[in-house]
Amino acid sequence: MELNKEEKAMASGELGEAVKWAINHQIKVGNFFDAKNFVSVSNVHMMIDPESVGIDGVLFLENLVGMGAKVKIPMITDPRGVDLNYYTPLGQTEEMANIERRTIKACTSMGILMTNTCVNYQTIMAPIFGEHVAYGDTGVVIYSNSVCGARSNYEGGPSALAAGLTGRTPRYGLHLEEKRIPTKKFLVKFKPEELTDWGLLGALIGKISGSYWEVPIIEGINHNPKSDELKHFGASMASYGSIPLFHMIGTTPEAKNYSSKFLNRLDDHIITLDDIISLKSQFGKKGDKIDVVVFAAPQLSIFEMQKVAELCIDKSFKVPVIICTSPQVYSDASRMKLIDQIEKTGAKVLQGTCFYNQYAREIGLANGWKRLMSNSAKIVNILGGYGYEPSLSSMENCIASAVAGEIV
Amino acid sequence: MKTLLKCHIGIGKKVQGEVLSANDNFSARYDLDRLKGIFSRPQHKLVGKSYVDKILVLNESKGGVASAWMLYEMCARKMAPKAILFNKANTILAQGASLANLTICDRFIDGDITSLLSSGQRVTVDPMNGLVSIL
Repeated sequence: MELNKEEKAMASGELGEAVKWAINHQIKVGNFFDAKNFVSVSNVHMMIDPESVGIDGVLFLENLVGMGAKVKIPMITDPRGVDLNYYTPLGQTEEMANIERRTIKACTSMGILMTNTCVNYQTIMAPIFGEHVAYGDTGVVIYSNSVCGARSNYEGGPSALAAGLTGRTPRYGLHLEEKRIPTKKFLVKFKPEELTDWGLLGALIGKISGSYWEVPIIEGINHNPKSDELKHFGASMASYGSIPLFHMIGTTPEAKNYSSKFLNRLDDHIITLDDIISLKSQFGKKGDKIDVVVFAAPQLSIFEMQKVAELCIDKSFKVPVIICTSPQVYSDASRMKLIDQIEKTGAKVLQGTCFYNQYAREIGLANGWKRLMSNSAKIVNILGGYGYEPSLSSMENCIASAVAGEIV
Repeated sequence: MKTLLKCHIGIGKKVQGEVLSANDNFSARYDLDRLKGIFSRPQHKLVGKSYVDKILVLNESKGGVASAWMLYEMCARKMAPKAILFNKANTILAQGASLANLTICDRFIDGDITSLLSSGQRVTVDPMNGLVSIL
């Protein structure tokens, strides 16, 4: 990679050992992807949950703190893995909480803002068109690239941290215009209604696309999707296919760059209602018993919280109901009495966490939770590998099933 | 049959080991029981198999960003593969390999690496020169 004077100083250690580690890590990654140089980024979002980081990751972070590491640009965090106000009841251990506490301490020492959200584009600050950023969390990246028109690759925790310390990232992947050009075309022949429909549509497009390096363009959505709908759509596409960018004709800002002549050269993949029903049928059927209902992945917006609260009125649940939202939304929802309304039923709202990165395997075993129900196509995809038998349905049906103790 | 396979320049050190191969994708979060060192996702073609100290050969990396920290954590506990060879790696696996100093290569010019290598074969992976030798 070509390095400017400042970058050479960083690489040689003139600007400290932490920065030296960071830029040399980035150079290795940049060389792997044939990056020619670096691009400055305005802010960073880092995924750093304790299950992924582990004790060895914490030691790595503490070592960086010992080197005097400080981030150069605003940097925020993805959801935590332990809600420190509510972990024993979930079956999380003191050891897990301590990894969380040490992670938070190390991050805070480096100047990182513990926003603990995977919906920062709804709650903190949405990036603007053309802005180069370094974001972790696949759902954040795909929404920021596609809906906002920002430029980011998936930046895993170590690389996001490196970007925070250097203020830049290697110029490869979606920082390059040529990597943002559609490679697959999808024609949607049904109208998604529920958030779950959007998640399933994203899942199908993700599965068919199947690679980080494919860029789907979607035709046939003839109404204006809402932010929560595109949130579930993108997060699911990213989960099932590792897709970091999509274009949607009539909706996303870069879709209009591509002429019909260009798009006609791409094969049509047609998605029908039958495809959606077929995929959904893999996740539970009427009459199946359930152990727990979870609303998360992505964290709920204030509008979703309002809807859950309305559905909870006069309800009593036979199985636990867990809702994960950001600290920002939690605070508002608390002030507006939505949390009280939800928790009156015995359901629990967690703040600043997301269920699947909360030691999902361990809390499942501790609580006897195997048959998990959610309206998130993303979470049911992830949790299969954690020993769960997940089922998927609309928010309304999840609530009704929690009342019945089985899928209704 | 070719015994020397060429790929893009990779990350990590030169290693030798036994291949564990499948035409399937990979995520440390979605597919593994990292405490036991086995594939745990029921739908994965390698379910139940141990990946520890293997040269893991798979199609693409998939899913989320967690794999980056997870590769480091797995390597620190010595419960990691010796190397991972992909047809195409995503950014996360390369970033995680860089932190963990785990050997990783992709973009093989001889074709589909999951067809070119079979489980049980022994290979040497030389990422700095972009070469995999079948022993």
